[in-house]
Amino acid sequence: MRSLEVLWIIFRKDLRVEWRNRETLVSMCVFGVLIVFLFNFGLQLAPTEMLLSLPVVLWAGFAFAGVLGFNRAFASERENSCLEGMTLAPIDPSAIFAGKLLANLFFLAVAEVVMVFIAALWYNFSFLPSLGQFVLIAFWGTLGYAALGTIFGAIAANTRMREVMLTVLQFPVAFWILMLAMDATAQAFRGNPNGDATAGVLRVAGVSIVFTVASLLLFEYVLEE
Amino acid sequence: MDKKFPPTVHLALTLAWFLVALHMIFLYAPEEMTMGEVQRIFYIHVPSAWTALTGFIIIFFASLVYLRKKSRLADQVAHATAEVGFIFCTGVLITGPLWAKPVWGIWWTWDARLTLTFLLWLLYIAYLMLRSYLINPGRAANLCAVVGVIGFIDVIIDYMAIRWWRTQHPQPVILGGPGSGIDPRMLATLLVSWGAFLCLFFYLLRQRLALGQAQSELREMRRNLALASSEN
Amino acid sequence: MLPETPRAELRLEVRGVSKFFGDHAALREVQLEVSPGDAVLLYGANGAGKTTLLRLMASLARPTSGEVLFAGRDITQEAAAAKSAIGFASHATLLYNELSVRENLEFFGMLFGLKDLQVRVDHELDRFGLRDRERVLVRELSRGLQQRVSLARALLHDPLFLLLDEPFTGLDRRSTEQLEALLKQRPEQGKAVVFSTHNFQQGAALAQRLVALEAGRVRYNGPLVQAPLEALGITPDTEAMHA
Repeated sequence: MRSLEVLWIIFRKDLRVEWRNRETLVSMCVFGVLIVFLFNFGLQLAPTEMLLSLPVVLWAGFAFAGVLGFNRAFASERENSCLEGMTLAPIDPSAIFAGKLLANLFFLAVAEVVMVFIAALWYNFSFLPSLGQFVLIAFWGTLGYAALGTIFGAIAANTRMREVMLTVLQFPVAFWILMLAMDATAQAFRGNPNGDATAGVLRVAGVSIVFTVASLLLFEYVLEE
Repeated sequence: MDKKFPPTVHLALTLAWFLVALHMIFLYAPEEMTMGEVQRIFYIHVPSAWTALTGFIIIFFASLVYLRKKSRLADQVAHATAEVGFIFCTGVLITGPLWAKPVWGIWWTWDARLTLTFLLWLLYIAYLMLRSYLINPGRAANLCAVVGVIGFIDVIIDYMAIRWWRTQHPQPVILGGPGSGIDPRMLATLLVSWGAFLCLFFYLLRQRLALGQAQSELREMRRNLALASSEN
Repeated sequence: MLPETPRAELRLEVRGVSKFFGDHAALREVQLEVSPGDAVLLYGANGAGKTTLLRLMASLARPTSGEVLFAGRDITQEAAAAKSAIGFASHATLLYNELSVRENLEFFGMLFGLKDLQVRVDHELDRFGLRDRERVLVRELSRGLQQRVSLARALLHDPLFLLLDEPFTGLDRRSTEQLEALLKQRPEQGKAVVFSTHNFQQGAALAQRLVALEAGRVRYNGPLVQAPLEALGITPDTEAMHA
């Protein structure tokens, strides 16, 4: 119970910090929209081919916007060693992780909504028929991706060239989350009647849960000196 | 360990083993029917891949030991293994296209095992980059161990996910269950060659470990020297 | 949290602690006991291990060997009890630049689960003369004021042990006087203070006990008045060399 309370306190603190400078959300959304724009404009695809590229474009956008946000998430913590300030308090390290994860998840979700909205517009594609499945895939994919981003962000904060380090750690490990999510998204958009999309959702969820639990359990060692 | 099994003996054993392996690769193993002579790179390629994978398994266990026991040795083993394992993994990525070009007609395709090896190679790079970019010495070993553990979990997930992926590649040839059909002489050659690679791997590993320990001793001596001179 | 333990036994003990960073020994076999009511000055050149020792006592770092005990129990085992009894401030302010003074204090107070949060925050704001600046973002404060907020943060849960790493650095004159008064007052209230400083004279006026560190080892641990200053290489009016 206490850990849930702490998680909420940290999440609200991150929202407040973000509200003051609005740096993270704005840069994530702008970056995401730019990626959708680049691909949409550059590929110049026929409407039938659009459906093939859309899942890739969306998840590439989510992935890059995410990395941008995860880097920012620990910028405010690093500035005056605030992360240490939190570890001075009698709270569980996993509650700190969960609070930071929730904030990362929230910011990325907002950016994703913006990207989806823009993509629907430019691709002239209706998300509505497959919305339920897409939301599920996006949720599970984003959860695992953000969990890895949170722990790697905390690790990269201890290095030179932090931004590079986070990217180098994040992409090989999160590779299958992104690939499986793309695949499942493509299935959902195609409206596969064989129920394959459900299997896709389960795979994304499974991989994400494994990484989320592992990050949650290992986070205490990241704070330890 | 050094007394019972000195490095020079280890090196001699490695060389001898490689001679036997080379003999078997080129003279003992039968020529493969469709691929011909070029298939013999298989006895270099596959053992390299298995050794690279063994390397990450060692990193995983060394990382776990470090997180539990905070043993300096475990941390050093993980670091040394990463450097040596990376070399073998690079070897796989070089021999792979060399084999693929004459057989498949292309240098590269996102075949399951190529993808796995490439991801493993990226993990090695990420791990080694982290090692060299860390600025907080108090946390360095912990952070590397965490990445070592997550990295290995990722390797396992790779193996599962590649089966879920839009599969079009051949099923596993070796140990792929009954009927996977490999000539017993080929299997023997492969195993002997793998033994030679492992022997080399552990030779390089212990030498790298000894080097690391000598480095840290030297640093400690320098520091004590600096302290002694500043006191006078 | 540990109601059955009498206050005199709520000691903070460092037992045979060594700390290695890689292969560099920052502390070697350090032995130290701090009881409520103590006023301890940690003195030594840069790199002597003052910061590392304070961080270990604050459970921000773990010893490579040896143990740090609070009330007879390892502080990493009994983390919640120990952390509630320890306040720590260092050169890094541990404050969020984008939050106001009050928001910072409220945030850390909530993490400590303080019941009468507003009363305590008001109290600390008054103590450090920050009342009129409570809505100002930390980013906009001078270094000296930030340091005051940082001290307020460390004192918010009224810790039994206050650990301060170089607390006088960067403080303006008024803040220095406030801090000196605080360091005198805490031991009188039965609370302990442990602080490090370069300026021996300033520190000596505020402490009863001296712990002199050199190259990670304790050279002296005892009453300040009996300290063999010359043997320790301390002349009362000098500052420690920035080695």
